[in-house]
Amino acid sequence: MPPVLELKGITKRFPGVLANDHIDLKLHEGEVLALLGENGAGKSTLMNVLYGLYTPEEGEIFVRGQLAAIQEPNDAIDLGIGMVHQHFMLVPVFTVAENVMLGMESIKNGILLDRQDAAERVRDISQKYGLDVDPNDMVGDLPVGLQQRVEIIKLLYRNADILILDEPTAVLTPQEVKGLFEVIRSLVAQGKSVIFISHKLKEIREIADHVAVLRRGKMVGAADPKQCTERDLASLMVGRDVILEVPKKPANPEAVVLAVEDLRVMGDRGKLAVEGISFEVRAGEIVGVAGVQGNGQTELVEVLTGLREALSGSVRLLDHEILNAAPRVITEIGTAHVPEDRHRDGLVLGYSVADNLVLNTYYLPPVARGLVMQETVINQRADELVAEYDVRTPSIMTPAGNLSGGNQQKVIVARELSRDVALVIASQPTRGLDVGSIEYIHSQLVRKRDEGAAVFVVSSELDEVLSLADRIVVLFDGQIMDVVSAETAVKEEIGLLMAGVHSQAELEAKREAAA
Amino acid sequence: MNEKKQAAAEQHAGGTFELQGALRSLAVPFLAIVTAMILGALLIIFTDTTVIAAWGEGLGSGLRRSWEVIALAYGAFFTGAFGDVYHITETLRIATPYIFAGLAVAFGFQGGLFNIGAEGQYFIGGLATVFVGYSIKGLPMIIHLPLALLAGALGGALWAGIVGFLKAKTGAHEVINTIMMNYIAYRLAEFMLDVGGLMAREGYRPVSPEIQPSAYLPQFFPSDTTIRFNAGFLLALGVAAFIWWLLYKTTLGYEIRTVGKSPHAARYAGINVPRTIVITMAISGALAGLAAPADILGVIHFMPNSFASGYGFDAIALALLGKSNPVGVVLASLLFGALRAGATNMQGIANIPIDITSVLQGLIIVFIAAPEIIRAIYRFRGLEEGEGLVLTQGWGQM
Repeated sequence: MPPVLELKGITKRFPGVLANDHIDLKLHEGEVLALLGENGAGKSTLMNVLYGLYTPEEGEIFVRGQLAAIQEPNDAIDLGIGMVHQHFMLVPVFTVAENVMLGMESIKNGILLDRQDAAERVRDISQKYGLDVDPNDMVGDLPVGLQQRVEIIKLLYRNADILILDEPTAVLTPQEVKGLFEVIRSLVAQGKSVIFISHKLKEIREIADHVAVLRRGKMVGAADPKQCTERDLASLMVGRDVILEVPKKPANPEAVVLAVEDLRVMGDRGKLAVEGISFEVRAGEIVGVAGVQGNGQTELVEVLTGLREALSGSVRLLDHEILNAAPRVITEIGTAHVPEDRHRDGLVLGYSVADNLVLNTYYLPPVARGLVMQETVINQRADELVAEYDVRTPSIMTPAGNLSGGNQQKVIVARELSRDVALVIASQPTRGLDVGSIEYIHSQLVRKRDEGAAVFVVSSELDEVLSLADRIVVLFDGQIMDVVSAETAVKEEIGLLMAGVHSQAELEAKREAAA
Repeated sequence: MNEKKQAAAEQHAGGTFELQGALRSLAVPFLAIVTAMILGALLIIFTDTTVIAAWGEGLGSGLRRSWEVIALAYGAFFTGAFGDVYHITETLRIATPYIFAGLAVAFGFQGGLFNIGAEGQYFIGGLATVFVGYSIKGLPMIIHLPLALLAGALGGALWAGIVGFLKAKTGAHEVINTIMMNYIAYRLAEFMLDVGGLMAREGYRPVSPEIQPSAYLPQFFPSDTTIRFNAGFLLALGVAAFIWWLLYKTTLGYEIRTVGKSPHAARYAGINVPRTIVITMAISGALAGLAAPADILGVIHFMPNSFASGYGFDAIALALLGKSNPVGVVLASLLFGALRAGATNMQGIANIPIDITSVLQGLIIVFIAAPEIIRAIYRFRGLEEGEGLVLTQGWGQM
């Protein structure tokens, strides 16, 4: 039996870049093929070729053994190829069924929308594959994990049997990832085939039957994920050995730099997001916050950096009370901030790399003399930082928006960590980045700690917190469940704390009470 | 060593890319003008009865007559815009207030604000400048003229600053408020200048008194009174250069552009966003306010009621055409000046309605605003996605 999908010699060029260089790929029916590669390795280009968004210069695509001419997404859809993009394309004020039927509406009596028919079909699909989605729910009210399932239903509704999932786990909590994997298993069990794009090695080993590795536009290898270690996959992807553990010496904590006391913060929905928490961060240590996204971390960091007002409490930075102080005051006392949302807060995407590197020092000498900004100083500094922090950019004049995610984050890290600061606040510092960039950013945070800065890291990746932090603060529902030393921390226990329970016994008691 | 060389080579490549980019960004406006002229030509021949009659006589005479009409019209047009000293200076004179008004809107765009109220700010600037111009007597020109100019700028700055303040304090959208302030400005001017109004001259004309000669902008050809070209044009070029410097070379410009491109990143960077909004609006208003002295101190020397000029709305087109860049705005203003001057002549000589300028302006703006049309016609590749021009934030965003 021919493979359900086969790519032969796909080549796609962009000005100055060979994005895909004679790529061959086979996908068999009922299997999960993982496409692994760093940011900018050409994964997305390849999938966009397959989906008809780009036309390749060379190469052929065979679907079920037949040569296919895919000129536009509609051709791909007709061939049963469907894609879930990283950013969902859903209308939040429509119901699930309305979103799903959008573009191929069920019609009754000639002109009326047949919502019931669509809802019925959505319910059937949902049951068949264990998706557990109610067709009448408003999409805007659904958590991200369920919205993603709505996207999958959209494909199944259009009879897709080759599903491309573009970094589907990047936006999910650990629990949602588990749910997604169950859905994927159910899909392939019923004859669907899945291409799973990711750079998270652990996930690939868990879900994929085969893995194809792309590096700089070339297919550099295929592997059986069950047979190789994460380290094998990582070195295949990056092209050299990588260190997955963060190498660091024991911490040497000194004076308290940041002291938070009884802090209470209102969230956006008029509900307390942070409910009276207290902790300290000392010079020379890394304190990590573990917690499922949405348990008050974002609001906490915003208060610490002056971007949100707190209701009450106290935040002391060195000798200054900084509760509800302006961001600039906090920065000038000596804080570096790697923000959670690098596109929204951390960078001006339309500015050049050089201009972004002075985003919070643009008014200080020597960058500015009086009112006048010193271009030579700015460019010289940019050249130095780009070299020192290994930012891969065609030039310092390239707009930051044109860089890959990892290099954008390196620009922010270079800007923030090159300043002489007492406190580093890093929120989700490696989200969405590839192994090489993660390794680099971790080493820089440890370097800053060893130079005597207090480092405060918030991450929804428990593994990251465990390997980076010296002490771990576990947040749940705006409260601190516990503060544990990283040396004695047990992953399972922290996992429980993140779920809001203190012990296995308590968890069981809760389950019983619920039953 | 090798890496350094490579880096240098890449930087060099970056440089040529910028030059190509600059040429390419000029290609669209140029082709937009050419295309608009071609469509304008079609409009002229299709509305000309002699051409239609000639087509009835046969293909040859139809083509010949069409050619004659277009040649006459566009010949008159180009003579009107560039034909001799009088027409060239007239083009430049008409361009002068356009430069100020266009800079006003472009400056707002740079700060993420849509100043749709340049017209109102022009009125208030006009009232202020004319008041200083006629009421203060006996000052030497070196004091009186700058004072009158300053009054115009301050009037506009105040009028727009109010809108900026409302936006910064309450989040009220500047588009709504500048429109409202326009109406207040029109009626205020009417109230002041109508017969018997506080600033009206004696008699039965609803206009202000003549300003003192000490507040006149100097004429370049004082011996020839038909040539109205004056120092306002140099002032406009100087102000454009200053605005360019302010935007791209100073910390204030950096703050304004950062707020314009990303208010969130600006807040993160410690920039006082509300304060920057007020400053941006005030400077934008000052520029619009300066368009009034260009007319009042430079040309007419008093302020009439029904001063309405359409500058406020043409200014939006100019900012768009100039891609919000001061240099681009100056070029766009020269184009509009030439269109206006040429059309006046075309009406006189070829008997083509002056409204043809509005049609040409409209077409040019449509082609610039939707460059895909031009790219499709002339089949050249566009900018990469993401390089598009974003002028303002959406409604209610802050």
